[in-house]
Amino acid sequence: MEKPVKLDCRNVWKLYGDAADGFLDNRTSEPTAEEIHAAGLIGAVRNANVRIHDGEIFVIMGLSGSGKSTLVRCLARLIEPTAGEVLFEGRDLLRMAEKELIEIRRKKMGMVFQHFALLPHLTVLENVAFPLEIQGIGRAEREARAREVIELVGLAGREAYYPRELSGGQQQRVGIARSLAVGPELWFLDEPFSALDPLIRREMQDEFLRLQALLHKTIVFITHDFDEAIRLADRIAIMQDGVIIQVATPEQLVLSPASEYVAEFTRHIPRAKVLSARTLMRAGPVDGATAGEVAASDRIEDIAARVVASELPFGVVDGAAGVIGSIGRQAVIEVLAGIQHRP
Amino acid sequence: MSRLIAILTREGRWFWPVLFAATWLVSTYGRDAARALDARWLVKYPAAWRLPLKGEISTAMDWLVEEANFGLFTFRELTRGISWLIEIPYDFARSALIEGFERGQGSNAVEIAPSLSWIAVIVAVVAMGHYARNWRLAALVGGCFAYLVIFGQWDSAMVTLASVLIAVPIGAAGGLLLGIAAYRWPLFDRILLPVLDLMQTVPVFAYLVPILFLFGFNAVAALVATIIYAMPPMIRMTTLALRTVPDEIREFGVMTGCSRRQLIWKVLVPSAAPGLMVGVNQVIMLTLNMVIIASMIGAGGLGYDVLTSLRRLDIGTALEAGIAIVVMAIALDRLSQAFAERARTEMHDPALSAGWIRRHRWLSTVVAVAAATTLAGLLVPAVQTYPEPMMITTGPFWSDLVRYINVNFFDQFEAFKTFLLWYFLLPVKRFLGGVPWTWGIGVMTLVGWRFGGWRLALLTGGLSLFIAVNGLWPKAMITVYLCGVSVVIASAIGIPLGVLSASNERANRIVGAFIDTLQTLPSFVYLIPVVMLFRVGDFAAMIAVVLYALAPAVRYAAHGVRNIDPQMIEAGIVSGCTRWQLLRRIKLPLAMPEILLGLNQTIMLALSMLVITALVGTRGLGQEVYIALTKADSGRGIIAGLSVAFIAIIADRILSASARHARARLGLE
Repeated sequence: MEKPVKLDCRNVWKLYGDAADGFLDNRTSEPTAEEIHAAGLIGAVRNANVRIHDGEIFVIMGLSGSGKSTLVRCLARLIEPTAGEVLFEGRDLLRMAEKELIEIRRKKMGMVFQHFALLPHLTVLENVAFPLEIQGIGRAEREARAREVIELVGLAGREAYYPRELSGGQQQRVGIARSLAVGPELWFLDEPFSALDPLIRREMQDEFLRLQALLHKTIVFITHDFDEAIRLADRIAIMQDGVIIQVATPEQLVLSPASEYVAEFTRHIPRAKVLSARTLMRAGPVDGATAGEVAASDRIEDIAARVVASELPFGVVDGAAGVIGSIGRQAVIEVLAGIQHRP
Repeated sequence: MSRLIAILTREGRWFWPVLFAATWLVSTYGRDAARALDARWLVKYPAAWRLPLKGEISTAMDWLVEEANFGLFTFRELTRGISWLIEIPYDFARSALIEGFERGQGSNAVEIAPSLSWIAVIVAVVAMGHYARNWRLAALVGGCFAYLVIFGQWDSAMVTLASVLIAVPIGAAGGLLLGIAAYRWPLFDRILLPVLDLMQTVPVFAYLVPILFLFGFNAVAALVATIIYAMPPMIRMTTLALRTVPDEIREFGVMTGCSRRQLIWKVLVPSAAPGLMVGVNQVIMLTLNMVIIASMIGAGGLGYDVLTSLRRLDIGTALEAGIAIVVMAIALDRLSQAFAERARTEMHDPALSAGWIRRHRWLSTVVAVAAATTLAGLLVPAVQTYPEPMMITTGPFWSDLVRYINVNFFDQFEAFKTFLLWYFLLPVKRFLGGVPWTWGIGVMTLVGWRFGGWRLALLTGGLSLFIAVNGLWPKAMITVYLCGVSVVIASAIGIPLGVLSASNERANRIVGAFIDTLQTLPSFVYLIPVVMLFRVGDFAAMIAVVLYALAPAVRYAAHGVRNIDPQMIEAGIVSGCTRWQLLRRIKLPLAMPEILLGLNQTIMLALSMLVITALVGTRGLGQEVYIALTKADSGRGIIAGLSVAFIAIIADRILSASARHARARLGLE
């Protein structure tokens, strides 16, 4: 029951260098990293393929220089990819006329930036209303709408302030409010919390999840912080040297990392935060008494207290399919203790 | 021979001493040697070989004014159109500030409305001061303008202010538009850059000449010259400010769906506002500087007062007008800086929900005062025009003071002057004056080649050749001599001051304030005290040039020393350096690239000032430009102006190249 694809990125390349333009033409096979290097080019994004579904939080994770920022800018066509297609609701952004692209950006896309990118000469209210002003919406209407989103991100009362009068966290709330003002369908967040203190960062992540629970946007979220990715993502794409090396749910990443590089990231992640009851359960009908039921999609972290407190196992329920297995105290304790003899 | 050249160029140690010794020999004995060889063309450029460039430029200008036709309109109509466009707001500003509005012509004119009263103008500047920063600034600018009225400089000052009020918006807006164009179209930027370089090195008088020719001897010509002079820094600041807007802000604009126009005007330009305001501040200061200079081609105002009283040797009056210029410069500078600062730090206004009048207290006050004083002025003239009996004049006091100084300290000043002239200025003059053009071009080429390879050699050689083929070599050498002497003295004073202020906080404050003031003053003002004490001539000119060109030497040296990695100095200290060793072995060498850049700026300022000192009787290229100006000979003026610019460009390229060398050697790049 997969949702429809919102953004489909096919074979996208971004090469930097003088000879970048003709380099990919007339090639039978994909150029290797060595060939690109030999041609004096830098392969910032190499053959990226991702499909982002309606309403999902898709995180692109990579260390600095891995090409994640370049990729998201290709997806938004802030920079022109060297080759490939980016289909937004089935239409290729890269071959679209400027006028049409402007229309889509005005109505259907929003973006939040790492360093907030607030306009220094405008107040909070004017900043948030700015995208509406650009569309030519009248003052009364756009300010009413702006007040709504400012309220939504918890900044009511600060409308007349200038960005420089706000803390970093508050500034990013303005950035978020501004990107939501037009009611976008596709929401890009480019390392939105990286410039914030760790405590504020956590608070903003919670805020972000709260907003998403309300709004159900399709989200492309860039981060270099694996913990953040695990916490927020429905699916994660991991990038290294311009290549997407794995696209998977957090749980799949932890259970079966595609390479040593990915495994290195997942090693210090507490398993309880990632694994679901479905992964840990003993499948098949439950014999004997149970202490209660947990949902198959529940994370171990969230059910641990209940399961550990009980002598009896819990039944694992998967929506319409009913009880599909059971989960016991022993299995949960092993996960919590970090004993890894299971996959 | 080739071995000799190889030794000369590779072995850095010998290059300069050998070159200097050879040049000295040529300078001293060259003339006799050439005579003995019967080859006088070696030392004196033959008149028959001169390029007829001067005449051709003059002819071309004549053609432009008399005959040029663009189909729809002639060139003359174009210049008249521009005059008309500038004249209307200018007349309005003059009427509003000083002359009153009149209907009709000449003696039939009927006044229909008076100008703003002096009280209204002062209240307006106080209001701006308070709005832009605080009461202290308001008091400062209010005090400055009160000085103008009390000391009887009001009328001239308002004429000058009217020119500034017209030239600044046009210059700033023009600079902004050109800067945006250069930002958007890289090709335009590449074309514009060398033009800007040239415009900033050609001395101002040089383009007064063609402008005078095109627009006539009047205030509009002065305004056009002022605008052209003040625009380049605004263009540069605009492209720079736009380029330094963070990428994310630009991306935000694109992602919001801005059209190109919206992106520029709603996102980039406002975000770049603090940088742009710095540009506007520069435009204001340059405008004031140029309005003063341009007073000699019909702008009138304070500059005209200074010039006429200097010509009469009426030191008191000149000094009073000069102080008025200084006072006005300080007021305008502080005010525009405060506005720039405000754009950067403005906070939200708690009175946002209050009524219109409360929110715009100052605007309402100014309008009310203007209306009230205008009405009251009809009954009590003193409200409209500051009454003459209440004016204070310090003219006689200054005249007496100068007389006293000249009577009692004449010997000391004279001894000082003679000493420097005899042991420094004249030998340098003799040395440079004796260098034959052939040798000089050779030396410039060689030096260019040493620092920047054949490319730079071609440039420096070619530019010096240009000066020679136009028959200006001897005059150019006089300019080089005066400039060189002034730069050496300015550096000898400025670099130690800079090093001192970098290492001592108190010295820094005092020197900083001194230098700030020096930099705010229009170049014209420097002439007054110098002429007072040393009369006219090379020496007086040199002192004026040294004062004018001192600032960059101090600034760059201080900056260079302050920017040295503190670990280097610590390394020196733990190695047991004495303070003197620390300075000589560590600080000075490491600050050398910056000091060289400062030297570069010092040379630029010195050259531009040298043209102005032609007013007090220096010879050389400045005099040539000045003569062209009085004769309205465009060709002559342009060629002489270009020659000054070329000297500046040669110095600039060689010094920049050597600064790059120094940086590379120190591993700073």
